[in-house]
Amino acid sequence: MTSSAQIPSTADPQAPSRPAADPHAQSAAPQPSLGDIFIAFAKISLSGFGGVLAWARRMMVEERKWMTPDEFNEVYALCSFLPGGNIINFSIIFGGRLRGPLGSVAALGGLLGPPLILILIIGAIYAHYGDLPALRRALTGVASAAAGLMMATVAKMARPLFRNRAVVGPLIALATFAAITIMRWPLPYVLVVIVPVSIAYAWTRPSRAA
Amino acid sequence: MRNGGVLLALAAFFATTSLFAIGGANSAVPEMHRYAVDVQHWLTDPQFSETFALAQLTPGPNIIIVTLIGFHVAGVLGGLVATLAMCGPTCLFAYYVGRASDRFRGAAWHDALSRGLVPVTLGLLASSAAVIATTSDYSRLALLITAGTAIIAFFVRVHPLWAFGIAALLGVAGLV
Repeated sequence: MTSSAQIPSTADPQAPSRPAADPHAQSAAPQPSLGDIFIAFAKISLSGFGGVLAWARRMMVEERKWMTPDEFNEVYALCSFLPGGNIINFSIIFGGRLRGPLGSVAALGGLLGPPLILILIIGAIYAHYGDLPALRRALTGVASAAAGLMMATVAKMARPLFRNRAVVGPLIALATFAAITIMRWPLPYVLVVIVPVSIAYAWTRPSRAA
Repeated sequence: MRNGGVLLALAAFFATTSLFAIGGANSAVPEMHRYAVDVQHWLTDPQFSETFALAQLTPGPNIIIVTLIGFHVAGVLGGLVATLAMCGPTCLFAYYVGRASDRFRGAAWHDALSRGLVPVTLGLLASSAAVIATTSDYSRLALLITAGTAIIAFFVRVHPLWAFGIAALLGVAGLV
């Protein structure tokens, strides 16, 4: 009878040497504490200037290993059609699934807390010194550049949409633009009409045909 | 001391708008401009542009612009109210969708929903770019900055801070 004593291999780097669970070790059911979640999201938030979601993926999947790539993609896809910011929704869903309502609070708190404090300080400084012409010109310059960056993003997004002799998609995009920018209709009224139309159209066309 | 009416207006506006911010906070920027500048006259066009720039320069999600708008209107309390209102409804919604998503996974309408929102988001982002450009580009150089950044960023990956830094320097130099 062969003995099958399970002796943890000392060569295995993943084997904990102590019974205490290492929150950062690879495990099937990660159990980060609320504090861990808060700090992780604070780090993600402070690293990202608009590319926050990319940092989120790096942190969640690669660094902390709290999600598998598949899990990340699934939550990301979910966030992409929920209203509101992607990373905001991501933090809520991630925190909520892991630790319930408190987890969501911890995640959102980490994500928004430091920027909130920062921007209030910035706002106070700006209220005092905001009349300096040089500062105003600098900020306007930044805004001009930001507008340019957004236009590039829009153009890149538009490429696949305007391809394949597609008509309805571009039409919807243009109608939305016209309603908001030219007609200046309130956002809710515009979306209440155009979103169902767009979804209905997408529903009638199978993937890869829009 | 600000009266409660302003705080209520902030809360009501941002809570409603949050549910229509399809594609993120940037999609709601035109609506924020319409309400804060055109309707309530809380900000002038240049102030809106500067507020947007400050929010872009602050690390973290772009939604933080609402904090600054609320702060401008009603101090720290205004900032907090605006932020909570903008996050509240969507967060509740996201929380429950996140918990229930086993029912959503792979559903046919899931795909139609995602694809259907793409052209709308595109239109909203284009509107956002237009609003920021029209509130910021008052000089030829400003237009050049916008156009130049747009063209370069279309072909090459541009880190926002580089674009912002150069643009800010041009601004300080008095050229904008």
